[in-house]
Amino acid sequence: MPDLQEIFSVAYAAGLGGPDWLQQRRREAAEAFRTAELPSSSEEEWRYSPVSELRLETYRPAPSGGANGAAGDDTGPAAGPGELGTLRDRLAALSALVVTCDGHLVGAEITPEAAAAGLSVRPLGEETEPVGALGGVLDAPADLFGLMNDAFCTEPVMLEIPSGARLADPVAVVNVVRTQSLAIFPRLVVVVGDGAEAQVVNALVSGEGEVLAVPVAELDVGPAARLEYLNLQELGPQATGIDQTAATVATQGHLVIGLAAVGGTYARCRVDCTLAGRGATGDMSAMYFGDRDQILDFRTYQNHLAPDTNSNLLFVGAVEDRARSIYSGLIRVGPKARGTDAEQTNRILKLSEEVWADSVPNLEIENNDVRCAHASSVGPVDEDHRFYLESRGVPPDVAERLIVEGFFREVRRRLPVQSVAAGFDEMVRAKIGPEQ
Amino acid sequence: MSELVVEGLRANAAGEPILHGVDLRIVAGEVHAVMGPNGCGKSTLAHVLAGRHGYTATAGRALLDGRDLLTLSPFERAQAGLFLAMQYPTEVPGVNLLDVLGASLRAAGRDLAAGGPAALLSTEAERLGVPPALLERAVNVDLSGGEQKRGEALQLAVLRPRIAVLDEIDSGLDVDALRAVARRIEEATSDGLGVLAITHYTRLLGVLRADRVHIMIRGRIVASGGPELANELEQTGYEGWDRPAPAEVAVRLGRSF
Repeated sequence: MPDLQEIFSVAYAAGLGGPDWLQQRRREAAEAFRTAELPSSSEEEWRYSPVSELRLETYRPAPSGGANGAAGDDTGPAAGPGELGTLRDRLAALSALVVTCDGHLVGAEITPEAAAAGLSVRPLGEETEPVGALGGVLDAPADLFGLMNDAFCTEPVMLEIPSGARLADPVAVVNVVRTQSLAIFPRLVVVVGDGAEAQVVNALVSGEGEVLAVPVAELDVGPAARLEYLNLQELGPQATGIDQTAATVATQGHLVIGLAAVGGTYARCRVDCTLAGRGATGDMSAMYFGDRDQILDFRTYQNHLAPDTNSNLLFVGAVEDRARSIYSGLIRVGPKARGTDAEQTNRILKLSEEVWADSVPNLEIENNDVRCAHASSVGPVDEDHRFYLESRGVPPDVAERLIVEGFFREVRRRLPVQSVAAGFDEMVRAKIGPEQ
Repeated sequence: MSELVVEGLRANAAGEPILHGVDLRIVAGEVHAVMGPNGCGKSTLAHVLAGRHGYTATAGRALLDGRDLLTLSPFERAQAGLFLAMQYPTEVPGVNLLDVLGASLRAAGRDLAAGGPAALLSTEAERLGVPPALLERAVNVDLSGGEQKRGEALQLAVLRPRIAVLDEIDSGLDVDALRAVARRIEEATSDGLGVLAITHYTRLLGVLRADRVHIMIRGRIVASGGPELANELEQTGYEGWDRPAPAEVAVRLGRSF
């Protein structure tokens, strides 16, 4: 088997094409990748993670040359928006839809109303001048995977909502991986201008094959702007996902970020939410459900840099069969962030004896005038809840299903882009098993 | 005609013996009140009949129309026609009354009536003065004691059990709510419901007429009689009834209290 640096090589990165500035950016990252090493679980950020077992050399990057080039390979015809199946239905009415398949852009549609409102959907591979927004939030990659995304991202996409604009419907970006052993590195940049309001859904979908997805999203929420951002992870059972979302929120801006994660054999989501301007707010929610031998891994950072900033985090998950979940969250309050109000709650329901769940809250506070609270609970279904329902004549299996659905109800209602999130009740039901 | 026959019931709570042989016979349409001081075993009786974890029957039987409840799971007991209205109804986050009652009626094959569980629930809610908004909320979560008790009565009305065990149904209820709940229970008894009402005040018996009153002291029923027994109790208090049986004294001495 060829080694990693031959597969994910500088030459490959250089051959991905596009404007000079983008090529240069990829080449530099690919050079840095040559000497980089896989993180180890002895690092705090990767504690409890099986990252060191990852065999990156078993994957290969998307063929260069765009969707048409890919079609000549063994990928078959490129997927279009029509191939998203139930996901397309669940997305309902949209302002715009961007679809990539196996790392290549296969469709970008925008409604005339959204275009008139000023929404722009820009594949950065077509921008001849450097676009500062790429790397604007994440000026340096957070880890090896961020570096790989910088180096091997085929089609970075930018969504721009200009100052004052309000979109009636969500924008959806869907990244599909179809080909066995493929690695994709989707990159999305969302810029929401002063006072603008938008909803964005970023979905990652794969079939049955062993694939690797390493997405990076950068969210730039301007002053008094509001962004609702929903990250949907619906990878197949053999897929590995290592996802990072980095956000910065300016003065009086409001970011509502939600994660829904159900797929993957190992799936990690890291979210960095930086409240950079006075009065900025970051609400973060996640619902996740692991079964079989899945490992779901979440790392969150609530970074309060400015005064009077608020963050409120609620991550709720369940694990059954032999699944594992990891939650590690840090609230960081900088010296200037007086008047910070930060909350972090993680609840995990253990639905079998063989599951494993870790929940690790951390605080790092450099200002005295703050309110920070964290809470975590990890445990099985409450016997009293079970007894109450059964003593009303509810069959035991139905009682358990109701309790698990009920456990997720609060967070499901908190998730952004409710038109899409409402469908997650179905997802929970499917994971628990059929109703009798 | 349904009947609940409890014979020689002994039970432990959290491993400690609490009930030392309880006998009761409740026939359809009757209201029995079990009264006693705190810690006498009233709630243990309620919970062991319903099959709550942590409560174990160590001897005796509890036959509901010939089936021994003690051999059944809590769900099977409920489907056999037993209902427990709890003293402290459990808060179950994210699960509302319609979810619960719909699932129970479906399991009983009773969900196909006109309008289904939702219609049944809203009709009964109106009769009991339960605001419709409460039906949408998670059961018992952030409700006042009175709202919780009305919710228990509402479930009783919808589920139509054969025998209802009411554990301190009067606590937390204001006078008007207590009357509404008592009226609804009396209607159910005229349709054949048998009631075992557990209380330590005679207040409940002012609004819910009891056919039989039992006094429970230290895990035993020490006296049974008609409604007049409650009046007598009002005069004497429980102390006058607290005459431990010689055998129990021996046991207690033996355990070197």
